[in-house]
Amino acid sequence: MTKILDEPRYVCALGALQTVEAIYKAIPVVHAGPGCTAKVSIGGRSGYLGTQTVPCTNVGETEVVFGGEEKLHDVIENSLKVMDGDIFIVLSGCTTEIVGDDIDNVVGTFKDSEKPVLSVPTAGFKGTNIEGHEWVVDAIIDQYLSKRYFGEKIKGLVNIWGPVPSYDPHWVGNFRELENLIRELGLTPNCIFGEYRGIDNINLVPRAKYNLLVAPWVGLGNVKNLKEKFGTPYLHYPTLPIGAHETSLFLRTVGKEFNVDSNLVEELITRKEKEYYYYIERSCSFFFENRASSKMFSTVASADYALSLSRFFVNDMGLVPSKQYITEGVPEEHYDRIRQYFKEFNYEIEAEVVFSNDGYQIHQQIENDDYAGTPLILGSIYEKKLASKLNGTFLCVSTPYAERVVIHSSYVGYHGGLKLLEDLYTSVFQKFN
Amino acid sequence: MKINLKNNEVAVRENRLGSITAYNGSIKDFAEKSGCAGCGDKKRCFSQSSMCNNMCAIGQLFSIYDAAIVQHGPSGCAAIAMGAFMNDLLVKAVGKKPKEHSAYTCTDMQESDTVFGAIENLKDVIVETYNRYKPKAIFVAASCVSGVIGEDMESVIDDLKDIVPVPIAPVHCEGFKTQIWASGFDAAFHAVLKYIVKPAQKKTNKVNVINFAGGTSWNSRADVTRLLAVMGVEPTFLLSTSTIEELEHLSEAVATVSTCGTLSSYLGNGLEQEFGVPFIRSLQPHGIKGYEDWALKLAKELGKEEEVKAYLAEERRIYLPQIEEFTKKLKGKRAMIAMGPSYSQNYARILQEFGMVVEHVTSWHMDDLYDDGTVPHALQYQMDNAENDYTFSVNDLQNYEFVNILKKLNPDVFITRHPAGMIVWSMKLGIPAYNVRDEYTSFGYVGTLRFAKALYYTVTNKSFTDNLAKHVKLPYNEWWYHQPADAFFVD
Ligand code: SF4
Repeated sequence: MTKILDEPRYVCALGALQTVEAIYKAIPVVHAGPGCTAKVSIGGRSGYLGTQTVPCTNVGETEVVFGGEEKLHDVIENSLKVMDGDIFIVLSGCTTEIVGDDIDNVVGTFKDSEKPVLSVPTAGFKGTNIEGHEWVVDAIIDQYLSKRYFGEKIKGLVNIWGPVPSYDPHWVGNFRELENLIRELGLTPNCIFGEYRGIDNINLVPRAKYNLLVAPWVGLGNVKNLKEKFGTPYLHYPTLPIGAHETSLFLRTVGKEFNVDSNLVEELITRKEKEYYYYIERSCSFFFENRASSKMFSTVASADYALSLSRFFVNDMGLVPSKQYITEGVPEEHYDRIRQYFKEFNYEIEAEVVFSNDGYQIHQQIENDDYAGTPLILGSIYEKKLASKLNGTFLCVSTPYAERVVIHSSYVGYHGGLKLLEDLYTSVFQKFN
Repeated sequence: MKINLKNNEVAVRENRLGSITAYNGSIKDFAEKSGCAGCGDKKRCFSQSSMCNNMCAIGQLFSIYDAAIVQHGPSGCAAIAMGAFMNDLLVKAVGKKPKEHSAYTCTDMQESDTVFGAIENLKDVIVETYNRYKPKAIFVAASCVSGVIGEDMESVIDDLKDIVPVPIAPVHCEGFKTQIWASGFDAAFHAVLKYIVKPAQKKTNKVNVINFAGGTSWNSRADVTRLLAVMGVEPTFLLSTSTIEELEHLSEAVATVSTCGTLSSYLGNGLEQEFGVPFIRSLQPHGIKGYEDWALKLAKELGKEEEVKAYLAEERRIYLPQIEEFTKKLKGKRAMIAMGPSYSQNYARILQEFGMVVEHVTSWHMDDLYDDGTVPHALQYQMDNAENDYTFSVNDLQNYEFVNILKKLNPDVFITRHPAGMIVWSMKLGIPAYNVRDEYTSFGYVGTLRFAKALYYTVTNKSFTDNLAKHVKLPYNEWWYHQPADAFFVD
């Protein structure tokens, strides 16, 4: 069978460098060709670091012919001098792994350096950036956290995992809102990604009482690893909670699992739902008029958004799912479990799941399906023209995400659901002006 | 001659044009040592991520309206396909309908492919790409992986010639082969010249304008068209938004011009050498001197000097007093520039025209001699005319090096062009910066006026820069700022 990647929706494992960049003052040191960093930096923004400040060996002909170990050694050594970082993570690319550089050996020579230096093999041909994300977190657990004792468990401390930095366009806001929800339950969140979250947060990871994974598949390996290494139990909640229905369910589930007083939980939910429905009530008159509204929808997105948005549109908004396309190259071992998630909607509604990264075929299927009127397409930038061709409503939710700029917003939680509706109905409005 | 279309691939710039990526000195020192050749190249024992030739090659070819790209490599190499639709604005501006699909596919090489090769899958992907999108040509881009495992890219042409009825053009842009991403322009243009351009049947009234994908910000392409109309000719903008059919006929144009010396060397000289299309050698059309030199040299080639002089005189009458009004205010302001080799030298000249003090120029690389054996014009101009012996450095996007220089110089303004995010590093230091993202920013008198105003406003209201600098820190240790910028150069 032809192996064709048409209109890519993910990048190679080296894309995990964005996971490193998401940790404040963590410095990726890339051992790869000169263009790899710039290419896989799909978010492409400048933060504390940016594509152009990432140390890189820029592997050329000399290193391909004679090996690049010496160059790597120099670049790591000098990165430690030049870069103001707290933890250095070496990521290798295709060429250096094919020519057989012994990267572990080079990195091993820095084991006594003042700042930790870790390494993750992220050759492009070994997997996707989403898998690479998981490997980076595992490297932090195995090569750094397991090597020392960081202190006793802290009561109520919960590590939060799930969104893949930069790949999830709303990752910073989503982590922040997950933290807020945990805080509202009277627990203490800990997250290693986002707003100034860095080495101090990493050091807290083994001290947490619980790990909370909010994603359908990526990160499962990490929370299992943490359980094994530090005996921390984990809760796997597959859906990013968007809107009232899911967020309330999320709070109940987390509260029960992490021993929060159920009265407190119910009180919180009542208060939040009341607030949420104030805003829904004053806006819903235009949600369902038939020039613009849809009855059926498809997501063409990574599994986390496909699942979370489906649950929002079915369980909160009363829409009916057409096929849901999952596009980030999910490893097959997760297929069955993910399919099952799409069979658990209200009113025994189920959705058919298609795992595919082939935009051309996905578009053909969507064009052939009937959406009982205006289709609602929640996809990547590739679906924008398709939606307009079908007179549909479109919202860009998945990578590549060249549609709108996300600075601070999130779709998580009660507020996130309202934000999602704002974005969606803004794009409906704009169809008419 | 450095151009030989019989070869499958073109040599990289280090070997072909004597280009360098490391130098630290001054413009006079550079001139005295007679440029790159005398200064020699250096390596670095610390470096930051740069860009690769594959990005540049595909960036060019991808913008052809009706061609397809097949990337032979792992998924990451094809990541720029995600920027597919950023060209739509330009496509609409030239009256074409944006494509429904990007027609940019990838062979998604896996671990086993690196062991056994993947030519068979490559062939399948080419055929599938053709069947899906019916492009007028297919460019097959090499990657580091295909290069290291030694894939025979040329073999697919013969094998598929009865199945795929359009040209299949291998593009040798393996990232590891060069530190100079501009080598990718040459690889792309080699493929265009070798596989697409046909011998001339007739002469047309077209002028080939080699440019990037700019010109949408202020509808600058219309300014080019207006100027050329004075000479009775029309532009064919290359390669962005062009069609394969237009490219087939490049040989029939009356001349070739360009907005960028770095970009155009191979295609401009190749068209002249192989197809007899005169390549206009001039300053690039940025700022007053550049625009006039560019317009008049083209006019001379076409025998339209009087017409163009009259046109320029009228434009001068309108714009020069307005430009003067702003340059008065900019006079004496100290600036640092960091851009590609051609743009950096052209912008140094513009700032000199404004009466500003160029304190430092950084070029992302430097070519010794272009494909016709000439020294880059804008560089020659600086070597001959720069009033002050400003410090000059060459580095391939080495952020730590130019930030080191920037911090020590503390100029009034920092000007850069790409990557787009480059200016933030200056603003974080509290130095206002301007990003010349659209290549036509200073095109002609009208562009020069626009740029002068923009610069003036940039140095006038520094609020954002002040605010940002107060709240953020650059990712470098203080130690680094006390080292010489070339501390990590090695022979
Ligand atoms: S692997 Fe090579 S061709 Fe691909 S992005 Fe990296 S440097 Fe460029």
